[in-house]
Amino acid sequence: MRNTFSEALYQAASANPDVYIVVADISPVGSMEKFSKQYPERFINVGVAEQSMIGICAGLALKGCQPFAYTIATFALYRPFEMVRDDLCYQNLPVTVVGMGAGIIYSTLGGTHHTQEDIAIAGAIPNMQIIAPCDPAECTQATRYCAAQKKGPIYLRIGKAGEPNYTDKAIDPWVFGKLRYIKRGSDVCILSYGVIMQKAMQLAARFEATGKSVSVVSCHTLKPLDIDGIADALARHKHVVVIEEHAPQGGLAPRTKQIAWDTRAMCRLDTFTLQDAFIHNYGSHDDLLSAHGIDMAQMSQRVGLA
Amino acid sequence: MNKVVRLNSFDVKAANTRCLRYRRRILDISQQVGALHIGSAYSCTEIVDCMYHGLMRRGLDGTSPDTFLMSKGHGCMIQYVILEEHGVLGRQDLDRYCKPDGRLGVHPDYGNPGIEASTGSLGHGLSMTVGMALAERGRKTDGIIYVVLSDGEVQEGSTWEAVMMASSLGCSNIVAAVDNNDFQSLGRTSETHPSFYPLAEKFAAFGWETAETDGHDSAAIFAAISSRSGRKPFMLCAKTTKGKGVSYMENVPIWHYRSPNKQEYQQATVELERMAV
Repeated sequence: MRNTFSEALYQAASANPDVYIVVADISPVGSMEKFSKQYPERFINVGVAEQSMIGICAGLALKGCQPFAYTIATFALYRPFEMVRDDLCYQNLPVTVVGMGAGIIYSTLGGTHHTQEDIAIAGAIPNMQIIAPCDPAECTQATRYCAAQKKGPIYLRIGKAGEPNYTDKAIDPWVFGKLRYIKRGSDVCILSYGVIMQKAMQLAARFEATGKSVSVVSCHTLKPLDIDGIADALARHKHVVVIEEHAPQGGLAPRTKQIAWDTRAMCRLDTFTLQDAFIHNYGSHDDLLSAHGIDMAQMSQRVGLA
Repeated sequence: MNKVVRLNSFDVKAANTRCLRYRRRILDISQQVGALHIGSAYSCTEIVDCMYHGLMRRGLDGTSPDTFLMSKGHGCMIQYVILEEHGVLGRQDLDRYCKPDGRLGVHPDYGNPGIEASTGSLGHGLSMTVGMALAERGRKTDGIIYVVLSDGEVQEGSTWEAVMMASSLGCSNIVAAVDNNDFQSLGRTSETHPSFYPLAEKFAAFGWETAETDGHDSAAIFAAISSRSGRKPFMLCAKTTKGKGVSYMENVPIWHYRSPNKQEYQQATVELERMAV
């Protein structure tokens, strides 16, 4: 995902001389080298100084530029939090804060490198918009959107590298602020976002193996959330499942429950989130998700497939 | 790009008259509200006046290619009264300061006329200044970013991130001043943070050009800044007195925030008149 981000940003910077990237000693690989070589004055590395990364982006935006801040998600959002809140959100500036390797992708690096509550934190700030693409193709679309919009700040939550595409044959196009049906069925609907979409696709296949007709939806825009779209999904399916790599508070799962209550939805609703607990064990990304109840065996059992 | 604009004349007598007028206006506004950081505004009155009237260029339409940023947002009353005099803010704006029907508060709010950034939380202004300076450079425009910091604000780690980046990125179009009044809420900075001094050396060590002056001597401020080389970011360490001009306010921490009562107001009026003589 970070490679497609780099490529999309390079293209945006080639078309618009106001596009800047300010990184904190972490650089997207691949074509970002192209960016830094071709536009060295617009590639700024502050080093391990994330507060100035955000402040510099704010200053650039105050003068009409279109900056991106880029580093590992925890350091992009948590470390300089007050700069994100005051400089970007309070002033409502079109700066994109790219949180790379969000969630628990950095599975062996420990809790200091995990981002379990970023949607809740970013979403609590007025003016902040949040996008979490589910695959490299969506990341390209999201990056293009961020580079062109002037509405206000965006937290762009992306993965790392090597994710497959799930949306090549998606039914809907990518539209900011709208749910995107990757596939459309009539019995079960799985709502998800980000790299954990892989689990959504696997669970969908299990449902389909039992003869169910399944929708899989990328809820790539977490704020503003497509409330009507979720209400519609809750109304049209007998069973809705939410899967997210995020704490149980402040993410898609509680919002979906809220919408279900508000709209008196009659469907069955199962939600899978990370637990409200730091992770002190190590292993692969899947190992850590499994420790918090997110794997095919545990999910199948809870949704009634086992 | 980055060419330093040297103004031939800066009328010091006129500057002194203006500064007296601004202090009086701030004193008058203080009677409308319970708090307005009067001591903080008085300590940087000459610095801000010199930047606006001696250093920043202004076209006939009143616009400037240069930018002023009040990083010590709590001192913004001096900026408000200057903007009022320029007609950027209306008299009504100042009359409605901190009132439900007004738009000006205790800290500068981006979106209000003449306010280039929201400040108030300390340690934000200098990084935004670096970003603005880079934008000027990227567009090959010659705008200079003027910024005023408090000495307390220089305790913020984020300020030093920006100090490091401004010089590392060669932002020679930054002119900053520290309003070094040696006071913060809990006492004298030189007593609570002795290792903080000498201040100018710290900035010089990070690759800034520096100068030290009396921060209430308009001629000295103008001379120090206008004779900068223009090859590096510039930091003026200005020795100031918090509450300058009113004896009972000077170096008394409560006047960081409080407004004078009627009797105190009368005394301040008399003392400011004496300052003019």
